[in-house]
Amino acid sequence: MKTFDYARADSVEAATRAGGRFIAGGTNLLDLMKLQVETPEKLVDISRLDLNTIEEREDGGLTIGALVPNSDLAADPRVIAKYEVLSRALLAGASGQLRNKATTGGNLLQRTRCYYFYDTAAGCNKRQPGSGCEAIGGFNRIHAILGTSDQCIATHPGDMPVAMRALDAVIVTQKADGDKRRVPIGDFYRLPGDTPHIENVLEAGELITHVELPAPTVGRHLYRKVRDRASYAFALFSVAAVVTVEDGIITAAALAFGGVAHLPWRNPAVEAALVGKAPSDETFNAAADALLDGATGFGTNDFKIPLARRTLIASLREVTQ
Amino acid sequence: MHFTINGQSHEAEVDVRTSLLDLCREHLGLTGSKKGCDHGQCGACTMLVDGRRINSCLTLAVMHQDDEIVTIEGLGTPENLHPLQSAFVRHDGYQCGYCTPGQICSAVGMLDEVKKGWPSHASADLTGASLDNAEISERMSGNICRCAAYPNIVDAIREVADASAKVDA
Ligand SMILES: Cc1cc2nc3c(=O)[nH]c(=O)nc-3n(C[C@H](O)[C@H](O)[C@H](O)COP(=O)(O)OP(=O)(O)OC[C@H]3O[C@@H](n4cnc5c(N)ncnc54)[C@H](O)[C@@H]3O)c2cc1C
Ligand code: SF4
Repeated sequence: MKTFDYARADSVEAATRAGGRFIAGGTNLLDLMKLQVETPEKLVDISRLDLNTIEEREDGGLTIGALVPNSDLAADPRVIAKYEVLSRALLAGASGQLRNKATTGGNLLQRTRCYYFYDTAAGCNKRQPGSGCEAIGGFNRIHAILGTSDQCIATHPGDMPVAMRALDAVIVTQKADGDKRRVPIGDFYRLPGDTPHIENVLEAGELITHVELPAPTVGRHLYRKVRDRASYAFALFSVAAVVTVEDGIITAAALAFGGVAHLPWRNPAVEAALVGKAPSDETFNAAADALLDGATGFGTNDFKIPLARRTLIASLREVTQ
Repeated sequence: MHFTINGQSHEAEVDVRTSLLDLCREHLGLTGSKKGCDHGQCGACTMLVDGRRINSCLTLAVMHQDDEIVTIEGLGTPENLHPLQSAFVRHDGYQCGYCTPGQICSAVGMLDEVKKGWPSHASADLTGASLDNAEISERMSGNICRCAAYPNIVDAIREVADASAKVDA
């Protein structure tokens, strides 16, 4: 690990002005620093900031502090009762020990698990812009099939952000000049394009302070994660779904997908294929057609295209039962 | 820097890069916690920080100066074993023993999470889980055992969980 300066921030303002890389739970950043994939010159420890509560808002929604650990968020009775998909997604991620440390903000910003990103001897445009992408033409079993570019085919590996995308979460930040902004999660992440090293809209020094969940909607919740072992593995494909069926017709559907793109994926055409229809395999296949329109495999990840179709259909059968 | 580990005060001068695990093993002579992967994947380094189980390899010592840290050395003594330690002995919950300190610290933290009513990925109902074997396996999946002593580890934890459920009842 390269050495660094360390400072503990005692306020949000001080953190944004400290001019260093934030460290919260450290479970992703330190992992990458040990491998020198990340080499920050200064760490700003935000772990003691007063951003670790979950509050109910007057509009019925929840405001989650950026430092709320993944375990506490998953076990919160209000989250379990009204945002079950979020609890389920969190509990499907990592391990008990990691969830105790991992924070809401850090989870949103965790970096890809692409093998070549981790291997500093490999060409990787995300780690080293302009050095190529060894995943294209290499081993890409865990890589993206949607929204890729010829510069990068990495996925966002997180589970929690997939549920948050289905729930229309809003990310609240504060910049070094004190300005605050509220960014809908759908506008927060970027596709790789020509700049895969720029993964979201945050500016230098901008701190995530909270995540807001809108007032809950009715509907059944489901998070289904397909992975190489039954526990403690990243998603090959995952579905977060909140679906309402009334009188035999799907009246509302919010679906987001993990393991397939550079960001938690959502496509309104998938939901449009469902709403107003009776639940049936024909309807579900049409939703899968919409999801996989334009999907491209890169060799070892070709299996994700049929896997995504079958998993989506199985998930829709379950959630509309 | 100042640390509180197993109820005792320690002063140590360490490089800012030192993980909590290396602080204990390399600087304070507390070698019970083990280094397996050093990347949060195996759980051999599990400790309790303010009562919560964490991977001590993926956190910096400098970030834990105000915390109560408990390692395997703080749970029991050879003469007076912690109930989970004696259950692991009775059930033969290991072969080589390398993962055992992490398994036991993790199980202590895990049983406390169950007491708090925290659900897991194996819980059909997130509001009230009973600790069956599938629950124990899921909740302990952050601790890898290369000898695959898993059935005996589950039995050892099951015995302690059942005994404490009886006391609470
Ligand atoms: C073995 C292993 C298995 C895992 N399995 C899964 C899994 O199955 N599913 C899953 O979703 N995740 C998994 N994870 C990843 C884990 O969820 C992340 O490491 C964790 O969520 C990161 O949170 P943190 O607080 O530790 O972040 P840190 O490591 O502290 O930070 C991560 C990044 O976020 C930035 N940051 C942190 N907080 C803020 C903030 N408030 N504002 C702005 N920037 C911030 C940091 O600067 C850094 O760039 C796994 C990790 C490991 C090690
Ligand atoms: S897929 Fe992205 S992260 Fe992986 S090697 Fe290519 S550029 Fe790097």
